Amino acid sequence: MTLAPSSDQLTVDASRGRRSRRGGGKPAGRASARSPIGYVFVSPYALLTIAFGIVPSLYAVLLAFTNADGGFAGFDNFTKVIDDFRFWPAVFHVTIYLVIWLLGLVVFVVGLALMVHAIGVRWVSTTLRFVYYLPGALAGASSILLWLFVLDPTASPVSGLLSAMGFDSFVQVIQPGNLPAIFAIIAFWTGAGGWIIIMYGALNNISTEVIEAARIDGANAVQIALRIQLPMLRKWVAYMGVMSLAAGTQLFVEPQLLSQASNAVVPNDYSLNQLAYQYAFQQNDFNGAAAISLILLVVALLLSWVFVTRGGLFEKE
Amino acid sequence: MVGIHTGVRSRRRASTVAVMGVATALLALAGCGGGGSSANGKYGFPEAKQEASSTITVWVDADRQAAAQAFQKANPDTKIKVVTYDGSANGSNSFRTKMQLFDRAGNGWPDVVFSSQNNDAAWASQKNGGKQAFAAVLDKGLVPKETLSNFTKGSLDPCTVDGRVYCLRNDLAQAVLWYNKPLLEQFGYALPTTWEEYQALGEKVAKEHPGYIIGTAGDAWTPEVFMWASKCQANDVTGPKSVTVKTDSTECKRAASMLDALRRNGTVPVVSVFTPEFLKKYSGKVLMMPGPAWYAGAIFRNPESLDVPAGQLGVAAPLTWKGESEAVTGNVGGGTWFISSHSKNLKAAENFVQFVTTADEYQVDAAPGYPAYAPAAEKWIAKQEASKYYATSLQPVVTAASRVWAGWGYPTFSQEAIWAKTMTPGVTGGKSIVDLLPTWRTAIENQAKVNGYVVN
Repeated sequence: MTLAPSSDQLTVDASRGRRSRRGGGKPAGRASARSPIGYVFVSPYALLTIAFGIVPSLYAVLLAFTNADGGFAGFDNFTKVIDDFRFWPAVFHVTIYLVIWLLGLVVFVVGLALMVHAIGVRWVSTTLRFVYYLPGALAGASSILLWLFVLDPTASPVSGLLSAMGFDSFVQVIQPGNLPAIFAIIAFWTGAGGWIIIMYGALNNISTEVIEAARIDGANAVQIALRIQLPMLRKWVAYMGVMSLAAGTQLFVEPQLLSQASNAVVPNDYSLNQLAYQYAFQQNDFNGAAAISLILLVVALLLSWVFVTRGGLFEKE
Repeated sequence: MVGIHTGVRSRRRASTVAVMGVATALLALAGCGGGGSSANGKYGFPEAKQEASSTITVWVDADRQAAAQAFQKANPDTKIKVVTYDGSANGSNSFRTKMQLFDRAGNGWPDVVFSSQNNDAAWASQKNGGKQAFAAVLDKGLVPKETLSNFTKGSLDPCTVDGRVYCLRNDLAQAVLWYNKPLLEQFGYALPTTWEEYQALGEKVAKEHPGYIIGTAGDAWTPEVFMWASKCQANDVTGPKSVTVKTDSTECKRAASMLDALRRNGTVPVVSVFTPEFLKKYSGKVLMMPGPAWYAGAIFRNPESLDVPAGQLGVAAPLTWKGESEAVTGNVGGGTWFISSHSKNLKAAENFVQFVTTADEYQVDAAPGYPAYAPAAEKWIAKQEASKYYATSLQPVVTAASRVWAGWGYPTFSQEAIWAKTMTPGVTGGKSIVDLLPTWRTAIENQAKVNGYVVN
């Protein structure tokens, strides 16, 4: 679920950044326009994006503004889904989840990356990075299946901890109030490792001269972290925010699997994506489903815009 | 999504958008195209052009593969293609989802489908967005009247919409009272015959043998075992798109307060029978348990569940409420077979469905559940009794089969899911079921309305 780019991507992005700086403000696309091989490399991606990204999105727009018979429906589908008794609870659930998860992600990922980066012993640092990354290897649905056991006090390897928190049964653990935190923990566990590695890479990119200068000026490790490293990580934090936001608003697999595993105690319309799924495949209302998808898209784009502008993601240094 | 390159010249962008627009329109048109023949066939629905020798595609779940194999063995000349899917188990809705996509594509429907959900006829019998209903009408000549009349009384209710039959029932899931005979005798208790006696027994057990249980109320089908058997009118489907929801009746309240009392004293815990917690806490501690017929194989006679040894498990007929002459009971599942109205070989499809629901080769010899077809059910019961596993006669299972209360219907939405998400967290959080009855009503009404039902 969590989209963490690989460290290869990071290297490519970083080198692209360096090249454009060296280019002294020339348009970055110039070079590729001269060599046709660039188009060959890009074309499979472009074709697949058009076929499976853009065309379906446009089809969703078409569906959202038409009715079941294909006639123009204006904003009827939107008012219908917004009036649905399940809509606002789903918005609320996703919002709470996003707040908990994004805050947790930023604080812990940055904190852990700074900590690992500060460790001088090479093998300790390497081992820690490997350990952080490990849970991410168990991706998607399989990690949630694992969590089904972790969350059941009668089968959990941490049943003592669950009992100490007052949970004696699975149903008590998955009470509605606990779900945003549970989903946030699952998402953090599976996705944060990748981000820690990326932040570590970004920290490596900070020039040693800058750190050295700060140290000579008398800054201690905490001051260096807060005054030098954190501000210089801003873009990467914003990048993580945008990517995680896009993934987070699409919360689906966790509640869906937990719903089936709990015999529907966790509702199958918990998140907006699940509600869209219910519209499409339970109520046979593809138009309503498309309307929810568009609302999600617009909200995610708006929030991403905030991250991009506040984080200075596309600013040139 | 992020990362989409935006620096494209506007003229190029315009042409790209135009191409996409055309592609989208073509896709939309393709989606709207197709559909079946519009002529009304002799069986009461528009038929596709029949091809007597064509292969029929049959969708079954893993358990029903045995049914398809039995058919192939008995009918080697009929060409069938067997596709295994999840059977819409655990509310996955795969059946409905896939058919809706085929409806949009205008082709691809299988000829026969097995579903483990009872409420599929509610949607499969109805036109979808102007498209022909998926399920073929079976009682207008496609399936012989004699076959239909041999199904257990009331067993085709989930298949019947607006007076017409749209599917055949594979097996029944009538609720009965399972109990541990030697344990009951050892404790010196009499078998209850009314729900009031059942509650009194629970209060005794709580005092005299704490830790033992007389049922559970932690599964999604709790309302189907207890509320349905009490004639609680929470789910009375009165028409294809109308439902009566009343949860404030005496019938609802008496069952709710009984469950509250027994839950409080620990004899009917809010624990699902399919959890590790249930096995850990209650293995060897189940004195009795009202529940569907399939509990016998799935829970009691299952080495991975309670694993009750032979000679202990007894069964009693459903309980009555004081002052009522005849007991009624609820129903928890039971599979159904559908024939597609789009089938190009209705004869072969009908042969298949009739075989798997009625023939001894499957229903008696291989089927794990109580057959809906009464003549097969008799033989199935005789076979079960011959195994000498049960401590009592299985006749109460037969009695209960025709006592399923008809006032609880089969709408397109799931009552189990509503109970699970509305009541289970509330009850686990310490609220009483009686207090939650209005919440339950509102939840059912809301769900019914978004599914297009008029609520009375």
